[in-house]
Amino acid sequence: MTVLAAILAGVFLAVGAIFVLIGSFGLWRLPDFYTRLHAAGITDTLGLSLMLVGMMFLGGWTLVTVKLVFILLLILLTSPTATHAVANAAYTVGLRPFGVPPEDLPEKER
Amino acid sequence: MDYALMMLAAATAGLLVALLITLVRAIAGPSLYDRVLAVNSFGTKIVLLIAAMGFLAGRPDFLDIALLYALVNFIGTLAVLKFFRYRNLGGASSGERKAETQR
Repeated sequence: MTVLAAILAGVFLAVGAIFVLIGSFGLWRLPDFYTRLHAAGITDTLGLSLMLVGMMFLGGWTLVTVKLVFILLLILLTSPTATHAVANAAYTVGLRPFGVPPEDLPEKER
Repeated sequence: MDYALMMLAAATAGLLVALLITLVRAIAGPSLYDRVLAVNSFGTKIVLLIAAMGFLAGRPDFLDIALLYALVNFIGTLAVLKFFRYRNLGGASSGERKAETQR
């Protein structure tokens, strides 16, 4: 492993860990289910992508990188699907966004 | 090499803190959907943790387990949501009932 790959791996891992921490902190502190949905998205996209790219720099051109690419593609496909399913279920049951006035909701929901 | 492994250890420590915070939301979440969201996010971070621990232990073969965990996490989230909407996991006809009657 060259020095440049090690430096890039460290930078990507650190930035990814910071984004994962930001997402978790938002999941803890935000006031409403829909805003927490927004915070959880940071973890699934930026945090996970950056950390996996950092591990790809650690792994080099081997089978390890192929597996990491598979994990990245799989989670980039399934995470928005799961998030949409959770949001759709919550809205169907009757959970409404916090702080939105009733005239801004759809017509049949008033 | 040592520098990158040190950063990997620091990132793993950050992941553990993030897992603790997510667990707080999963326990304290006021509604069911907060808990489902927190558990889904927890699973994503567990995937990262398994991969990072594999690199730290010098055995990146753990990535197979991480890939399997990502699959099971997605299917599990959808199964929990389907069960709590329809109170039933099997049968294609259960999907045709209106969700409004199940509140």
